[in-house]
Amino acid sequence: MDNDQRTIMAIGTKKGLWLAESTDRENWNLTGPHFANLEVPSVAIDTREGRTRILAGVNDWHWGPTVVYSDDEGATWSEPEQGAIKFPADTDTALARIWHLRPDTAERPGVVWAGCEPISVFKSTDSGENFELNRGLWDHPHRSEWGAGFGGAAVHSIVPNAADENVIHAAMSTGGVYRSTDGGTSWEPRNHGIKADFFPEPFPEFGQCVHHITADAEDPDRLYAQNHGGVYRTDDAGDQWNSIADGLPADFGFVFLSHPRTGGTVWTIPLKAAEERNPVGGRLSVYHSTNAGDTWSEQHAGLPDADWNAVLRDAAAVDEHPETVGVYFGTRGGEVFASNDEGAHFVTVAQRLPDVLSVRAAQVNGAGQ
Amino acid sequence: MTDITVEVPSVLASTLEGQRSLQVPLPEDGTVGSILDALGERYPLFARRVRDERGQVRRYVNIFVGPDNIRRLQGLDSTVSEGQDVLIMQSVAGG
Repeated sequence: MDNDQRTIMAIGTKKGLWLAESTDRENWNLTGPHFANLEVPSVAIDTREGRTRILAGVNDWHWGPTVVYSDDEGATWSEPEQGAIKFPADTDTALARIWHLRPDTAERPGVVWAGCEPISVFKSTDSGENFELNRGLWDHPHRSEWGAGFGGAAVHSIVPNAADENVIHAAMSTGGVYRSTDGGTSWEPRNHGIKADFFPEPFPEFGQCVHHITADAEDPDRLYAQNHGGVYRTDDAGDQWNSIADGLPADFGFVFLSHPRTGGTVWTIPLKAAEERNPVGGRLSVYHSTNAGDTWSEQHAGLPDADWNAVLRDAAAVDEHPETVGVYFGTRGGEVFASNDEGAHFVTVAQRLPDVLSVRAAQVNGAGQ
Repeated sequence: MTDITVEVPSVLASTLEGQRSLQVPLPEDGTVGSILDALGERYPLFARRVRDERGQVRRYVNIFVGPDNIRRLQGLDSTVSEGQDVLIMQSVAGG
């Protein structure tokens, strides 16, 4: 077994965190649970700075939410005594849940973003050990008009611009997409073209229930959005969004993934409309595009023909394998799938876990623990 | 100065150097809040588990003075008398 090129996967569930490891991304060794019975809605694997750090947003129903990290692939876990994420006293607010953990680009080592409930963005500059509240978004005049999606009111997507560190996009449910062009000091809604069909006026300035956003690999002004009804792309950093749902079996869903290096290559996992929220006809499939969503093709090899479980927004990921990117996702039915060939075929990594809430995978070096 | 006993569930012992039962001085005002404040200065992780950043006792954490839940007394202003124990427990919640 060649231990010099391993891939590890972090799988956060409703009741614990599992880790999986593989040298070929076909055969996986699953270990866990870590944090048994605790909810793990967010995970990240940060391979910058010459180490592998696994971050997890852990939610203990009794003793509160926290961010923990492991630099030894789960053998030990650490958290600062004072807590990595906490609201300043003047906000009179308590952290409810850490929805999203996002290491910034390789050019900004140490920077990690967190999207949290209540609706907030936090930034760490010490690799996720301590975070600071983004005041620009917290003090935003729209705050009183933002609402809660079914799962709560949170920022769930943070997209730092690869070319300009002053540009950041964040998406919230409900509120939609906001953009900062001054490093997070101020934020403006950027939802033009995204539908909110639960309002009398379906195209408001803000208030959309955007489920997830991600950036294109090559064009930093091109972003993709999986909306609560609608799949969109913007080519001008959010000034105008246009539908790319044609060719998909449904325009509802939570997941949207982009290739780490190849522009225009993306994946989504459609679910049947808001009323049902499960794979269309029970056929669980990934949909793949190599032209930025202009056309789509189904990827189903290795996936079940009958599966009625949704895939949640952070429960899907790609790795950065230098040859063929891996695609990963887990379902609310506790199954986890992996593809080592960009979605052409999938293998089952785990079955009958608790609801999968978060998945991340990364290639790491060394023999591991 | 009178000491009182604070007891915690096993899951919190790691935040208190392994202790499940502590003898702590009864503060001047005798309140549960002051007892937790003093413990929190020495054991910040324990403090964060029991109370959120606003200082409020977490929703699914119960604190008893003797047999009485402080939510049915005066909350963190509930007073502890000499000879009474303070018991911290997780509530029956979850599924």
